[in-house]
Amino acid sequence: MAGEMTAPALETRGLSKSFGALSVASNIDFRLEQGARHALIGPNGAGKTSFVNLVTGALRASGGTIYLNGADITALGQAARVKRGLVRTFQINALFRRLCVLENVTLAVAERNGVGGDLLRPSGRYRAIIDEAYGLLETLGLADQALLPVNALAYGRQRLVEIAVALGLQPKVLLLDEPAAGIPSGESSVIISMIKRLSSDIALLIIEHDMDLVFRLARQITVLVQGRILVEGPPEAIAADPRVRDVYLGERERR
Amino acid sequence: MGGTLAAILSIGFHGLAFAMVLYLISVGLSVTMGLMGFVNLAHGVFAMLGGYVMTGLMNRYGVPFLAALALAAIATALVSIPLERLLYRRFYGGEELDQVLLTMGLIFMSVAGATYLWGPLTQHMEPPHWLAGQVDLGFRSFPAYRSFLILCGGLLVIALWLGLERTRFGAQIRAAVDNLRMAQSVGINTSRLFMLTFALGSGLAGLGGGLGADLLAITPSYALQYLVYFIIVVAVGGLGSIRGPFFAALFIGIADTAFKYWLPGLGAFFIYALTMVLLLWRPQGLFGRA
Amino acid sequence: MAAADARAAAIDAFARRHRFRALEAVPWLLALAAYGVFPGYLPLGAQILATILFVLSADLVLGYAGIVTLGHAAFFGTGAYTAGLLAANGWGEPLSGLVAAALIAGLVGFLSGLIILRTTGLALLMQTLVVATTLYEAANKAGRWTGGDDGLSGMVVWPIFGVFRFDMFGRAAYTYSLAVLFLGWLLARQIVHSPFGRSLTGARENTARMHAIGAPVAQRRLIIYTISAGLAGVSGALIAQTTSFVGLTSLSLERSGNALIMLIIGGVGRLYGAFIGVPLFMIAQDRFSKADPVYWYFWLGLLMVAVVIFARGGVLGIFERLWKWPGK
Repeated sequence: MAGEMTAPALETRGLSKSFGALSVASNIDFRLEQGARHALIGPNGAGKTSFVNLVTGALRASGGTIYLNGADITALGQAARVKRGLVRTFQINALFRRLCVLENVTLAVAERNGVGGDLLRPSGRYRAIIDEAYGLLETLGLADQALLPVNALAYGRQRLVEIAVALGLQPKVLLLDEPAAGIPSGESSVIISMIKRLSSDIALLIIEHDMDLVFRLARQITVLVQGRILVEGPPEAIAADPRVRDVYLGERERR
Repeated sequence: MGGTLAAILSIGFHGLAFAMVLYLISVGLSVTMGLMGFVNLAHGVFAMLGGYVMTGLMNRYGVPFLAALALAAIATALVSIPLERLLYRRFYGGEELDQVLLTMGLIFMSVAGATYLWGPLTQHMEPPHWLAGQVDLGFRSFPAYRSFLILCGGLLVIALWLGLERTRFGAQIRAAVDNLRMAQSVGINTSRLFMLTFALGSGLAGLGGGLGADLLAITPSYALQYLVYFIIVVAVGGLGSIRGPFFAALFIGIADTAFKYWLPGLGAFFIYALTMVLLLWRPQGLFGRA
Repeated sequence: MAAADARAAAIDAFARRHRFRALEAVPWLLALAAYGVFPGYLPLGAQILATILFVLSADLVLGYAGIVTLGHAAFFGTGAYTAGLLAANGWGEPLSGLVAAALIAGLVGFLSGLIILRTTGLALLMQTLVVATTLYEAANKAGRWTGGDDGLSGMVVWPIFGVFRFDMFGRAAYTYSLAVLFLGWLLARQIVHSPFGRSLTGARENTARMHAIGAPVAQRRLIIYTISAGLAGVSGALIAQTTSFVGLTSLSLERSGNALIMLIIGGVGRLYGAFIGVPLFMIAQDRFSKADPVYWYFWLGLLMVAVVIFARGGVLGIFERLWKWPGK
């Protein structure tokens, strides 16, 4: 209805972070709408991963506020934000490498269900959790490698495990940090189709360098340069914007 | 001269002497830990070695004091080089447990080796005749040897600090402690830097061990017995810092001496308690990088 | 049907990892056999069993929580003195002495963990050393109660259940220690296989990832530290009660260091490292260190250096590589 205001899934106001004289984020006002398919792009060193770290709580902000579904989470720690549905993946795989694929996901599912700290029963008894985790692996086509240690999988498949772990946490807001990074562009179709199949309940923010992926998946794009938002808009507008071309052109010239 | 004032001067004097010894021994450890990320619990072995070499040369071969001291420092520095090159290097930036166990094993071997070579008794050091007795400063006289220790230590400290600030070598150390990868990409040969820094630190430890032979008794279990002291100096001072351990050593030296004088037996508690509190407040130490 | 079968098979295999395997009965069978085969060595055997419990508790902290500590003896000694002081002051009932030791050592573990576990790396190592050394000095200074250098004497330990007396043959001591070790091992095993234990293993594999899935890592580390301290306290009490003596060495750096050594010889983080490393070390120590302490120290040091360089996983690590045993 026209007058109804639903809070954005994720919002930052005036978010800033500096290390002494070095500023990685300056006064960022950012909105991620419910059910968004939003991409964050920018040249190297623009502060994209720092932004994710700030939003998830891995990095403590120097200033500004962060809202998750309307609630102020600025003071909350990382674990608390995850419990409220703010989930991220890592640009470089951060998995439990020597544990099997299935366990990587069960750990996440167990935490989400609040049983991650149970001392009294063996983890194998929690069948529902194992079932759910296995189900996720099936959706991502990883089931046949469920019992292999993660470091036995090809890097591209590990990327999928990374996403499985994130999905195991039933995110409301999902931040994918370069999901296709390290995967040869011919094989990224698996990742893309998986992202396309994500529920519209999840608000998605993708950090990417791969413009192809960005233009295929995103309905809204934010361009970050040197810790500041340069411009925001739908893909066609961004593609046509001369400032954006300058930023990327300038980067190419410098090389 | 008033009783309390005399006591304070005495404590300050002896505490300073103790601090000098602790600092000379520990500064090398601080830089090793900060620079190479290596928990060298066996650092005290170098101080012990310096003490044994110096007392051995003096007592058995009649080598004059200053020469024996210099030789002790040099010998220790030389011994440290193959140790660093062949053994320690493989564990830089590695698992902490490995480093702890490796260096503990080395301590055990040093205890056995020292007992075998020099026997279980404390090595005595006779100060040379020109340092025996007292130095009269008019208002008070102080033991000559300790005065020499303080003077010597002070000069070395100044030389170290100046060297750190003014020489290229010092600049390289500072850069590498601050950001190793950056230093490497700027062209600093960090491998050679590590070796030289390690040798320098070990040599200083040997010097400190020799100089301080009457403060920290030279026995085979030296490295174990005084381990806590060295570690506190480094942890409180801040890893990789050259100035920090000085103030930490000062604090320990004076506190320890003061307590021995006024409240014997409680000095250790005071120092441990303060160390714990300080490390809680600033886990990186006074001058360490966060 | 094939897919469903595969699914069920995979899930089953995963869910059954915690089940008891036949091989796990071996240490207990050996321990029971030793009772019959070495009747003259039961007092030493009791010491070995109690020390296995101590090193097992250290494995929980070191191998599972990844906390490198040089001060685990603090909890061992606290438990020892607790049981010792009780027995020396009129209350010699052993089982309640164990409980008291567990509680007090656990409390010390909790409080010290609360303070020092915020730090990591070298600062943490330092703190563990400082805590243990502080307790050592305290016990030394409180000579009036603890006997100081000479140790606590005058302990009178009552028979277990009023029936089984501790005597110089060590029969009661051995079976007592074996039973307590068994219970402690059950507890440790349970914890390791629980979701809590798995999350600790995960935290060791990748701490950042653990935080990113919402796990309260710091809180879990504190809990395992406390439990481990309690178990260490029980092991200290065991030795105090079975030898009727508590000395300052129960709090010493040497005891903490020896625990690390025994653990690494057996293999860290594999639950059974203690069962292998402790008997090897203690039997060797019993035979060689009295004969020539200098040589003992030297070869022990050399062994440690060699293990770190060539056999990081200890004996169990070697087995794993040779037989490709199921890993984590």
